[in-house]
Amino acid sequence: MNISLEINLALAGILFLIGLIGVMVRRNIVFMLMSIEIMLNASGLAFVAAGSKWMQADGQVMFIFILTMAAAEVSVALALILKIFGRTKTLDADLLDKMKG
Amino acid sequence: MLNLLWIVPALPFLSFLILAVLGKRFTLKAASILGAGSIGISAFITLLIGISFISNPPADHIFVQTLWTWINVAGFNPSISFYLDPLSIVFMFVVTFVGFLIHLYSVEFMYEEEGFTRFFAYMNLFVGSMLTLVLADNLLLLYLGWEGVGLCSYLLIGFWYKDSVNGAAAQKAFIVTRVGDTAMAIGLFLLVANLGTLNIKDILSKAPETWAQGSSLATAVALLLLGGALGKSAQLPLQTWLPDAMAGPSPVSALIHAATMVTAGVYLIARTNALFILAPDVQQLVAVIGAATLLVAGFSALTQHDIKRVLAYSTISQIGYMFLALGVGAFSAAVFHFMIHAFFKALLFLAAGAVIISLHHEHNMFKMGGLKTKMPLIYWTFLIGSASLASLPLITAGFYSKDLILWTAWSGTKGSTWLWAAGLFGAFITAIYTFRMVFITFLGEQRTEISHTSGNLIKVPLVILAVLSLIGGFIELPGTLGHLPLFSGFLENALPSVSLTGKSILQEGIFQIIAGITALAGLYISYLLYVRRNISEERFSKGALHRFFYSGWGFDWLYDRLFVKPAIFLAYINRNDFIDLFYNGIAAVTSFIHKLLSKTQTGRLRWYAMGIAVGAILTITIIVFL
Repeated sequence: MNISLEINLALAGILFLIGLIGVMVRRNIVFMLMSIEIMLNASGLAFVAAGSKWMQADGQVMFIFILTMAAAEVSVALALILKIFGRTKTLDADLLDKMKG
Repeated sequence: MLNLLWIVPALPFLSFLILAVLGKRFTLKAASILGAGSIGISAFITLLIGISFISNPPADHIFVQTLWTWINVAGFNPSISFYLDPLSIVFMFVVTFVGFLIHLYSVEFMYEEEGFTRFFAYMNLFVGSMLTLVLADNLLLLYLGWEGVGLCSYLLIGFWYKDSVNGAAAQKAFIVTRVGDTAMAIGLFLLVANLGTLNIKDILSKAPETWAQGSSLATAVALLLLGGALGKSAQLPLQTWLPDAMAGPSPVSALIHAATMVTAGVYLIARTNALFILAPDVQQLVAVIGAATLLVAGFSALTQHDIKRVLAYSTISQIGYMFLALGVGAFSAAVFHFMIHAFFKALLFLAAGAVIISLHHEHNMFKMGGLKTKMPLIYWTFLIGSASLASLPLITAGFYSKDLILWTAWSGTKGSTWLWAAGLFGAFITAIYTFRMVFITFLGEQRTEISHTSGNLIKVPLVILAVLSLIGGFIELPGTLGHLPLFSGFLENALPSVSLTGKSILQEGIFQIIAGITALAGLYISYLLYVRRNISEERFSKGALHRFFYSGWGFDWLYDRLFVKPAIFLAYINRNDFIDLFYNGIAAVTSFIHKLLSKTQTGRLRWYAMGIAVGAILTITIIVFL
């Protein structure tokens, strides 16, 4: 089965937009994190699609990098979220605005 | 032996560094051994150098020791080198020996004081700078020493800095001498621009070749150097700082403001004598300023109550004599009077300091009195110093040095009757105010209890200086009394000798008798006024003239109106400094932009995410469509 590059990139773009909108509209940090994951995977999909189009391994290599980074990022982010919740008893990102100038 | 020369200034500097850096770790005893000992070794080496120089003089009586090149720019290459000739030996001798005696005295005088090591660090720095000044072989190095002693003078006048009056006195001394120093710096610039060198030997040989006698450039240079000398030596019109400088401890007054630093102006003029000979008008001015200063300061000394202020005015007056001698071309007579003055004035300050410390830091003479029996040694040494200052004939050193000046002021080709008369009248006043000081302080009834008796470290320097104040004059006996010109013969190789109009030895004798009688007459009048009390002090002190003299002829008042008040007024109307408006404007714009930007820092994560998204979209749009 052969899916054209355009469709693949369109799917990646849609996923990325969904993730971006999620980061922008959700107020719960956990959901924001999940949205970021969607964005990461969207970009991964774009890499894989491009790699298969030009028959290069680089796309898959990049995806493995993204996967690894995402795993590390999630572990750090979840730990931070736990800490934030422990301190402030909330996960609402809009309430965590102590750093405003 | 002459190769040891560099050690003489190096030792005080080294000791200053050690005391300044490690001072807090030293016990008082260790600090005093280091502080006074370094000067003692310097004095000892000076003695060795002096003996070696006299017994086995180098070629031309000049020895130059070059240590290293200081600056080398476009043919202008002053070096750190020391120049030894009879003139610098005399100054070096006075600085180290009198300096050493004063350091010894200070060990006891300052022992209880807070900041003992700081005091010795400053004093050593001073001695090192003064030696640099008198040993420098170029005027730039001399200027370095010149500013160094000025700095130490400032630091030591304000030594008791917790009292703001002392700080103000220190600032006054620093600022007033700065006026002269600026003139001197401009003079040095002129010398470099026209002669291309600051080396003293080169200047003295090049200047007469380059400039004609009385040419305007030579006159300008001599005038500017004279400006520097006037500031440092507290001569008219820059004399106002010296009486206030008495705020410092007594050993400081003795070392800096009597014996050494204030005579740096005399040294400068003697050192650059060829420039002044090239400008006869300026040399004449030197003599006139000297004569005027010795009278002005003498009258002021007559009216003071503070014993140290009497001595300060008397120092100004005696340096006036030295300037008078320089002005009539009697350079060696000026240097001779400098040396004798260093002995007796240091003695007087030290003795006055011993009196002051014995009476709970009481400076007012009218509260002293009757100390003759309580402190006989200090009385007798003070009396000897006073006799020398008043130049009582034959027995005191001051007579020989002052008489030489008076005689050359009369008989020198550049002298005149007026200068001689001013000097003679000055000697009369000197005798009056000197013995006024002695009689009020030591005779009469006792008015304050003695709280402290002086130890050996105070007494020994007093006795040595008293002996020098008596016998120091015998190395230069005038024609009428055996004719023994040892001192001027020694200096002849460094300084041009004075040219005299042919006056006979009989005339010299008559003039000496007149000078002697004048001094004795002053003593007698003082006796009538202050011991017999035929004429009461009260009657004088109410007069306007007395107040005028007491205030130092109103110079402080005049300068206050002319310079201080206008400066403060200008500062007041410009208190919102208009130049600041520009810089404040920059600050206001920056602060406005800062406020705008800080509005974007909402602290809301989602805003930032949106900012990134919008930014990315904008960037991509620009890249794709443009």
